[in-house]
Amino acid sequence: MSEIKRYKTEPLKCWDKAKELRSKYYRDYAEAKSKGGLRWSGGAEAIDVIPYAFGEDVHALTAEPYAAAIAFDPEFAHKCEAALEAKGWARDMCAYMRNYWGSVLINKYAFGGEFPKPDFHLQSGFCCTHAKWFQVLSLWEDVPYFNIDIGQIPFWKEEHPNRLQYIVDQMHDSIEFIEKTTGRKCDDERLIEGVYNDSRTTSLWAKITELNQNTPAPLDEKTMYSLYVFTTLDRAKKEFMDFYEELYDETKDRVARGIAALATERFRLMSDSQPPWAFLRVWRYLEQFGVVSTGSIYTIGLEGVWDIDDNWNLTPREDLRSRGVVLKTREDALRAMADWHLRRPIYAMFYNADWKSKLMIQYAKQWHCDAAMLHLNRGCEGTSLGIMENRAALIKAGFPVLTYEGNMGDDRDFDEGRTVARIDTFMEGLGLKKLT
Amino acid sequence: MITAGIDLGAKTVKVVILKDEKVIGRGIAVTGLDQKESAEKAFAGALQEAKLELKDIEKVAATGVGRTEAPYATAHITEVGADAKGAFFLNPAVRTVIDVGGEEGRGIKCSAEGRALDFAINEKCAAGAGAFTEAMARALERPLVEFAKLALSSTKSIPMNAQCAVFAESEVVSLIHAKTPHEDISRAVHDSIADRIISMVRRVGIEKEVMLIGGVAYNVGFVNSLNRGLNLEVVVPDHPEYVGALGAALTAAGK
Repeated sequence: MSEIKRYKTEPLKCWDKAKELRSKYYRDYAEAKSKGGLRWSGGAEAIDVIPYAFGEDVHALTAEPYAAAIAFDPEFAHKCEAALEAKGWARDMCAYMRNYWGSVLINKYAFGGEFPKPDFHLQSGFCCTHAKWFQVLSLWEDVPYFNIDIGQIPFWKEEHPNRLQYIVDQMHDSIEFIEKTTGRKCDDERLIEGVYNDSRTTSLWAKITELNQNTPAPLDEKTMYSLYVFTTLDRAKKEFMDFYEELYDETKDRVARGIAALATERFRLMSDSQPPWAFLRVWRYLEQFGVVSTGSIYTIGLEGVWDIDDNWNLTPREDLRSRGVVLKTREDALRAMADWHLRRPIYAMFYNADWKSKLMIQYAKQWHCDAAMLHLNRGCEGTSLGIMENRAALIKAGFPVLTYEGNMGDDRDFDEGRTVARIDTFMEGLGLKKLT
Repeated sequence: MITAGIDLGAKTVKVVILKDEKVIGRGIAVTGLDQKESAEKAFAGALQEAKLELKDIEKVAATGVGRTEAPYATAHITEVGADAKGAFFLNPAVRTVIDVGGEEGRGIKCSAEGRALDFAINEKCAAGAGAFTEAMARALERPLVEFAKLALSSTKSIPMNAQCAVFAESEVVSLIHAKTPHEDISRAVHDSIADRIISMVRRVGIEKEVMLIGGVAYNVGFVNSLNRGLNLEVVVPDHPEYVGALGAALTAAGK
């Protein structure tokens, strides 16, 4: 038997900082009121730069990452799910929404104490659930709510000034809403700074994940799940942007020195959709075969912003400052932000299975993947939309595909034993044996 | 070389003993709470048929959901890998294997070398497995073999709408109350399970020859529905429930 090639590997230096930043985010939100600040809650896709413009003591709780944190703790998640089902809500709805709602119903914050009620909700509705999620909450909590409707063709597919204006107008209205709700005034200078930060943060994440095109991959996807979260918490926050500058430098350094995420990397996977958060150990199981999961359209493109050309090539989009975009007014800032948001690859998942298939095949090529592992995610209709069509397209393009059923937020829909058995079968078919 | 393959399935354990690529013994036992004990029982049956003792077996490989619990085994292969290997051994022209067992249905696409290229599994619902037909036979108060044969004399197609074995049983009861002939009910049940299996197997692609294995291959009503749905004649080997164990025995033999 030939000797297994082993790459050098080492822990990420900025790992502890990532953990501390994330803890601080949830702590800041909980403690905001006691310090005279404001709390707001909305989706990870909400245009968070708008509340950002109302002061540094305005703290966010973005709903999907919070719900994922709940899912990571099945005991807490079960309490949330039980409370919701006891009220008659069906368990086939968005699992993130159910976890978040359940946390409100049981009045418990996943990070300790009672659930911290926000001062207002701000959401961007680009899937069928997003707008309703906070409409219901605003009724339960008696909290004012503003939704910005996004639903439209992404700009990397087709730009159109009217569609941009549709969003910009709503953003102006949302500023008025927050001013009326909180009695504060929007700080346009801070808004402009936040827009620059947002574009830098999301451009940096794209650049960081682009580095995973290298062999060995400097990052594995399980680790990336803990790092990408900052793009979903508060993109305008300078401390998150600075963290990504640090992570980008460190990842570049890992590539330069040949540092691998997985010492025994010999096979590269791509995934799809949100993972079953309670079972991330499955990613470690893959590593026993020498398999590294490099990421996915979801991981790189949920918030990472990319230029996508006519041949579906993915290139990180340079941030607004680097592109020489000068923002002087509120209108400039909102217009630039709306344009930026519409360039996320994630919109392909929600609007067109064929676009998503093309992006996935392109990802597999650019990231040098040997196969794909797709999560038939019962917890998210949006990211699962057309996933079997994606599977067929990948197979046609020559990439073997493993599918498994699960749920990002509800561990009752995931059978770990059978999933591991499927992985064993898939690996056997690929001729891969466990290395340990 | 004498080898053995153990297929430790959800409902039964099957053992095949192979001598120089010829099957010389088979044994089967119901999978009880103690899987190891069940496997030993099946193994003893196979040894008896082969007129051998345990010490005569040079190598043992196991497959099936309980393969890691199988006694004597020093090698393991997944159910999909074992099915492909066993089916290809029996008929090298096979490119698609359909395995319908007690609790699982599988579709496997095979290479010209007998390797599993792709697979699909119905694993969370009994509607595409043997347990479904057993439940429906109980609802009609007929032995399974008799229930299966009934379908062959039906000339009428009745769609079954229920997706779930429990609700399907209620639907069968409704058909009984509506005085629907039992042969038509039997066909409806078998068409229903065949439709689910076909839809699953289409995911990996259907290419001739198609071999049907697993215990449900004995069900003539199901085979009839499957052939009609696929618009071809599936190959049903002798002893279809032992094909996985045969694949394991071949693995033990280094094939």
